[in-house]
Amino acid sequence: MKLLYFAWLKTKTGMAEEDVALPEDVATVGELLTWLEGRGANFADALSDRGAIRVAVNQSYAKPGDPVGPNDEVALFPPVTGG
Amino acid sequence: MAVRVQAEDFDVGKELAQLTNGNHAIGGVAVFVGLVRDLAGGSEISAMTLEHYPAMTEKMLAEIEAEATERWPLEASLIIHRFGRLEPGDQIVMVATASAHRQAAFESCEFLMDWLKTKAPFWKLEETDQGAQWVDARDSDDTAAARWVKKDPDAAE
Repeated sequence: MKLLYFAWLKTKTGMAEEDVALPEDVATVGELLTWLEGRGANFADALSDRGAIRVAVNQSYAKPGDPVGPNDEVALFPPVTGG
Repeated sequence: MAVRVQAEDFDVGKELAQLTNGNHAIGGVAVFVGLVRDLAGGSEISAMTLEHYPAMTEKMLAEIEAEATERWPLEASLIIHRFGRLEPGDQIVMVATASAHRQAAFESCEFLMDWLKTKAPFWKLEETDQGAQWVDARDSDDTAAARWVKKDPDAAE
């Protein structure tokens, strides 16, 4: 799975993108966030406020219960502030 | 119907001329142009950098524009959004909608801006004398966008 981080999620995790091998028990957006949180202090800090995180799976907004798979591009970012 | 995401500035007059050129069914064009301000939350801003997610930006903007075209009888529309480093006074965004009559043009232009503010994946990093800071999303933008949501007849109250 390809993971992308934007805005302060990029600053806090310390990376813009990475390729990860998903554990077998990670099948939804919510499970992915929980798994990511356990990967280190920087991830735990970046993901501590779930309400402030938006997730897109293959460039479309996704909810916690939506499925994710090994071939997806998943992006994590704060609420948007363009315009 | 066109969507452009670019670092370069744009010329509103030229864009409008191009948008309406030759289409005499157009009776009115509504235009919104967003500019960088020099103040935010009481701090002075020297510049801002707009980060975006290119693949999703184009997809989202195209979807938003398609929805506007479905809801209003539009003859033409244009969305331009810039990214990169911008200074106070610079143009950030332009939305133009053209229709036979003004109501469709005004409403769809406002609709596109409200959705763009809450859905298009752009993030502003402001440079102030206290350092660089990511801008927080505003609840008022969500409220503005929510008024365009169509009531789902199947939704349980």
